[in-house]
Amino acid sequence: MAADYDLKVWRVNVRTQTLTKEPVPASWERLGGRGLLARILLDEIEPTCEPLGPKNKLVFAPGLLVGHMLSASDRLSVGAKSPLSGGFRESNSGGSTGLHMTSMGIKALILEDRPSDAAFWTLYLSLREVRWKRADDIVGMGVYEAAPRLLAEYGNKVAISLLGPGGENQLGTAGIQNLDKERVPGRINARGGLGAVMGSKRLKAIVFDDEGGQKPPIKDPEAFKKAQKAYTQAVLAHPVSHTYRDYGTAANVLVCDALGALPTRNFSSGTFEQAESVSGEHLRDLLLKRGGESNTSHACMAGCTIRCSNIFGGDDGKTIVSPLEYETIGLLGPNLGIADLDVIGRMNWEINDIGLDTIDVGAALGVACDAGLMKWGDSERAMELIGEIRRNTPVGRILGMGATMAGKVLGIERVPATKGLAMSAYDPRAIKGTGVTFATSTQGGDHTSGLTLRVKIDHRDPKGQVAASRTAQINIAGYDTLGACIMSGFGYATSPNAVRDLLNARYGWNMGDDALQVLGKETIRLEREFNRRAGFTRAHDRMPEWMTREALPPYDVVFDVPQDEMDDIFSDLD
Amino acid sequence: MEITVRLYLTFRTGRLRTETREYPAGVTAAAVARSLAIRDADIGMALVNNRQAELEQELRPGDTLSLFPVVGGG
Repeated sequence: MAADYDLKVWRVNVRTQTLTKEPVPASWERLGGRGLLARILLDEIEPTCEPLGPKNKLVFAPGLLVGHMLSASDRLSVGAKSPLSGGFRESNSGGSTGLHMTSMGIKALILEDRPSDAAFWTLYLSLREVRWKRADDIVGMGVYEAAPRLLAEYGNKVAISLLGPGGENQLGTAGIQNLDKERVPGRINARGGLGAVMGSKRLKAIVFDDEGGQKPPIKDPEAFKKAQKAYTQAVLAHPVSHTYRDYGTAANVLVCDALGALPTRNFSSGTFEQAESVSGEHLRDLLLKRGGESNTSHACMAGCTIRCSNIFGGDDGKTIVSPLEYETIGLLGPNLGIADLDVIGRMNWEINDIGLDTIDVGAALGVACDAGLMKWGDSERAMELIGEIRRNTPVGRILGMGATMAGKVLGIERVPATKGLAMSAYDPRAIKGTGVTFATSTQGGDHTSGLTLRVKIDHRDPKGQVAASRTAQINIAGYDTLGACIMSGFGYATSPNAVRDLLNARYGWNMGDDALQVLGKETIRLEREFNRRAGFTRAHDRMPEWMTREALPPYDVVFDVPQDEMDDIFSDLD
Repeated sequence: MEITVRLYLTFRTGRLRTETREYPAGVTAAAVARSLAIRDADIGMALVNNRQAELEQELRPGDTLSLFPVVGGG
C-alpha cells in the first residue's frame, strides 16, 4: 500500500482548464501548511502583482502532520497574496478538506491564471479524473444552500471548498468555506480576502473526492504510535482542553472583559456592561437548557479530542449556527453594542452564508456605527447592512471590503486594523503583546499569528511584550506548518518532544528538540522576504496612530510598546 | 478584611459567581483559592483589581480577586 502513495504538487490553470501533477521540489519537501505556502509564494508569485489579477496564485496545502487523525492536527492552509494587506496571507481551517487532500497525495494545489470570461465553475478533483462544470445553477447562492446541492451531485463522501456570493463578488472580507465532519460548510479560511482571490479565478467550488486514496505512509510506525499516544494523553490531560470542550472559545469573553480588552462599541471601551449575557458561561447554560440540536461541544475535524466547537441552537432547539466563536461574539456583539447571543448567532449565520470573515465584517459594522449608518445595539439595522453586503449594493460593497476600506470611505479615523486587516477581539492597548503581533506580523490584525493572552505577564505593561509576541508568533507559525490547531498547542507544549518525534517517525527525518521553532522561524523568514519584495518596510509594522493617543477605558491605557523594540523583533531572521 | 471574589467558567460550578467574603489580614490570592477548594494548578490567571497578579500576592482590604481556569485560544 504505502509504496503506491504518490505525493505530488497538483497545478491547475483555471484559464486553460488543465491539471498537471508535478514531483515535489526538494526545497518544498520539508514544509507543509503555512510554511509551504510561504515557500511557494516566494518561489512562484511576483510579489508586486495585482492580488485579483492573473499573476496571483491561490494555493491549498495541508500541514505536515495531516492525515493520521492526530487530535486537532488535520488543518488545511490556504494562501495567496492578500487583496486586503497586499502581502503574504495564510488562513487555515478545520473541516475535512485537508484530510482529503492528504489521502489523495496532494502536497499542494496551486491554482493559477484567470479566465477571460465571467462564468463560474465547479472543479472536481479525484484520483481518476478532473471535471469542470459550469456553476450557473449555484452562482449567487449562499454556502448553506450550495453545499447540499454539490453533495447530492458528487456524493456524500467528498470534501468541498466553496465560495458564497461575497467571494464571487471579490469582496475583501470573503473567505473559503469547508465542510465540517457533519458536512456543514462552516469551517472557513476566513481572513485576508482569500475568497476574493478564488472568485477572481472564477471557481465557485472545488470538490475533493479521495476515493481510492490512502493514508500517507509512516516511516517508523512504532515510534509514531508512541509519540501519538504521548501527545494525545497530553491533550486530554491539559485543563485548557476541558475548558474549551465545555465553553468553546467563548470562554474568552469574560477573561477579556476583566482585562479591559473586550472590543466594545468600535474599540472605544475595553469592557462591556452586558458582557455576562454574551459570555461563554451564559452560552453553555443556554445550550444545556435548550437541548435539541444544541451542543456545547463539537469536533470540527474527525480525530479531534478537544472538541472546542459547538452547535448553537435557538429556543426551538433548531440550529442557529455552528460554531459560535469568541471572535465572532466579540466583533458582532460588544463591538456593536449588541448583547443578545441569538441575534449574534443569526448574524453569524448570514455572514457565513455569504462566505465572509465575521471579524472584518464585524469591525466594518463597528466603523459604520461610528459613522452614523447604524445605532449601537441596533441589530435589525445590522442585519439590513449585512443584507446590503449580500446584494452587493454600493453600501454593501463598502462594508464587505472590510473595516479599513469602510473607514476610509466613511471618514472614520478609529479603525481597528493593521496592514489592512481588522483586529481580532483583543484590544491591543490592554493586551499589548497581542498588539505587538498585530503590528509586526506579516499578516496584520490577526490573533492567530500570535496571541499572548495566556502569557503570565501584566498585559497592560509595555515591558516584555515584544519577547512574548515573538515566542507566540514563532510557535504558531510552526503549528500552522504542521497543520496543528491553535488549541493543540497546549498538548504539544506539555509533551515537549511530540513535534520532533512525530515528524521524525512520519518522515524519517532527524529533527532536533527545536523542531517547532525551526519550522516557525523558517516560515516567518520566508513570509517577511515575500513582504519585503512586495514593498513592505518597517513603516508597515505600525499600530494605528489613534491607538497610541486615545486612552482605552476602563484602565485608560494607550498602546505604548516602544517602536524601536518592535522593529527589531525578527531582525535576526532577515 | 473584605475581599470580593469573582469566579469564572468551571470555577463557578458548585461555588459562586461574585461574592464579598471575610478573610484574615495578609491573606494571599492562593489562600483565597484554597478556601474555595480551587487547586493552584488549575488556575490559569489571577487578577487583583483586574490586573495580572501572582498567586502569592498578599491582598489588601477591599481588593477584588478574579480567578480563571486556564484559557488561551480564540
